[in-house]
Amino acid sequence: MSSKVIDRDATIHQDAPRLKGKGTPLRERVFHLSLWVSLAVAVVFLASLLAYVLSEGWSRLDPRLWMNFPDYIDPTQGGAQSAIMGTVWVIGFTAAYCLPTGILTAIYLEEYADPDKWWNRAIEINIQNLAAVPSIVYGILGLGIISRGLGFGQTVLTASLTLSLLVLPVVIISSREAIRAVPQSIRQASLALGATQWQTIWRQVLPAAVPGMATGSILALSRAIGEAAPLLLLGGLTFITFNPSGVQSQFTVLPIQIFNWISQSRAEFVSLASAAIVILLAILLAMNSVAIWLRNRYSRTW
Amino acid sequence: MNISTSLRRAKAPLALTAAVMLAASACGGADAGSGGEGGDKLSGTVKVDGSSTVAPLSTVAAQLFQQANPGVKVTVGTSGTGGGFEKFCAGETDISNASREIKDEEKALCEKKGVKFEEFSVANDGLSVVVSKDNDFVECLTVEQLKKIWEPGSKVNNWNQVDPKFPNQKMDLFGAGTDSGTFDYFTDAINGEEGASRTDYNPSEDDNVTVRGVSGSKGGIGYFGLSYFEENKDKLKALKIDGGKGCVAPGVETVQNGTYTPLGRQLFIYPKASSLEKPEAEAFVEYYVENSAEIAEKAQFVPLNAEQQKELEKDLATLREQHS
Repeated sequence: MSSKVIDRDATIHQDAPRLKGKGTPLRERVFHLSLWVSLAVAVVFLASLLAYVLSEGWSRLDPRLWMNFPDYIDPTQGGAQSAIMGTVWVIGFTAAYCLPTGILTAIYLEEYADPDKWWNRAIEINIQNLAAVPSIVYGILGLGIISRGLGFGQTVLTASLTLSLLVLPVVIISSREAIRAVPQSIRQASLALGATQWQTIWRQVLPAAVPGMATGSILALSRAIGEAAPLLLLGGLTFITFNPSGVQSQFTVLPIQIFNWISQSRAEFVSLASAAIVILLAILLAMNSVAIWLRNRYSRTW
Repeated sequence: MNISTSLRRAKAPLALTAAVMLAASACGGADAGSGGEGGDKLSGTVKVDGSSTVAPLSTVAAQLFQQANPGVKVTVGTSGTGGGFEKFCAGETDISNASREIKDEEKALCEKKGVKFEEFSVANDGLSVVVSKDNDFVECLTVEQLKKIWEPGSKVNNWNQVDPKFPNQKMDLFGAGTDSGTFDYFTDAINGEEGASRTDYNPSEDDNVTVRGVSGSKGGIGYFGLSYFEENKDKLKALKIDGGKGCVAPGVETVQNGTYTPLGRQLFIYPKASSLEKPEAEAFVEYYVENSAEIAEKAQFVPLNAEQQKELEKDLATLREQHS
């Protein structure tokens, strides 16, 4: 959570007289308790999942995991290097495709589009619907149009474009929220001082919206990183002993590799899969940390 | 295609990250010894896809082959037998793994797309019908009894409905998910029609789920690959199957000699003819065929018997003649 946001709230509350009656009514206690229970459910599940995965995968959490390639003859020597690098490549390019597109779309919809025009409203509704489309549908789209139609094949490029389409609605929606949260008075002041609309957006609105957009984008990419279904449909590989060397490379990603290892019958694969899950969680955590840092670094108070 | 070249520029920072993260990339696994011929000069990629049953076999083959030929990149995917043929006939893969013979409509599809192929049987596979260790009343089932349990619309939910001699014990059914080759194979062998099965059972693509389910239920019954049973012998009991000639226990010999019917089968690879023109793909297929016994053993499959191996080598010899 952003400490700045909390600070701001705290200062507001300090100015106002503190409103609190004598004693706490029962209703309030019940409400409080239910809040704690809801919180506990989320935290306990996450913690037990982490504990389970860590205990299962602890024996394999060593350099073998990222130094070695998959090994199906001797699983104890196997690693997930090709899957880790595949994930880095695919998510890197997904970010490269979907962030500019999503943010530019959001700017258009918020700053330029006339909300009274029916086509703009249609675009909005469409984007919101797309966010709810099951990911496997994007996989079919990716296989039919990007892989076969455009002839890109089962490559990093196809996977990145497919995942971009998958998370684009989320990026657009969160970026729009961030842009909308910039006070109208800032825009008016900028325009009143003689700035053009473009200068206003570039120098005032966008810098102010960076924290929100970054958070939304990174959460969207975090979703993409955990997706296996659409990539499986594209022809996810389960044995690959080289890292991608370009967008035309074949690849596998961590979720697919984990999925495959979990369904192997030998016990060594299960601990290997657990260790790979820990790596995936670590990557996710790192990405979320970047989101928090960005938000704190760039957040402003008006 | 133009997109990719213009994107080359963008990948520089990413490649840097990659390089930092993996300053030293070691390749795992000791050299397994059994070297293929012609070794180090081959390069290129061989794409294998198809049945998830055959995938462990092809993966082990790929791994051993790559140790002998480090320049060749072999990849294995698991789209399923049907999904594999779909990609194969679209020309997207070099070799398709299959846990059954290619169907006529798949042949037609390949023909339409101009994809010619060869067929090699590379190992045997058996399905085992398993019950819990706690189950002390059943040792052997006939194919008719299995059919009675598993046929579409079957209402059997108690063991005494299968045979009045069995006790009054509720039956819990576990089986393969409808997308798996195991499901296709079991339904074809038992119910006489591929895909025909009762639907009110616990399906899973993951055989470990079946192991857990059956071992935890006294009246449980399920089916999956023989190799899974071999690994879970301590938790499960495999039933003998009577295919009309008496009860036969599942095992390496009975699958190899063909007495374990109808739940013993052959596994195939289908290399594309045009891919076999590529020296690396041809070398891989040759390696696969010549070392099929070692590969099957390492992947925990039932190897071919002497007769099957001889036939396989004859197929390979024919292939070599065509290409020389």
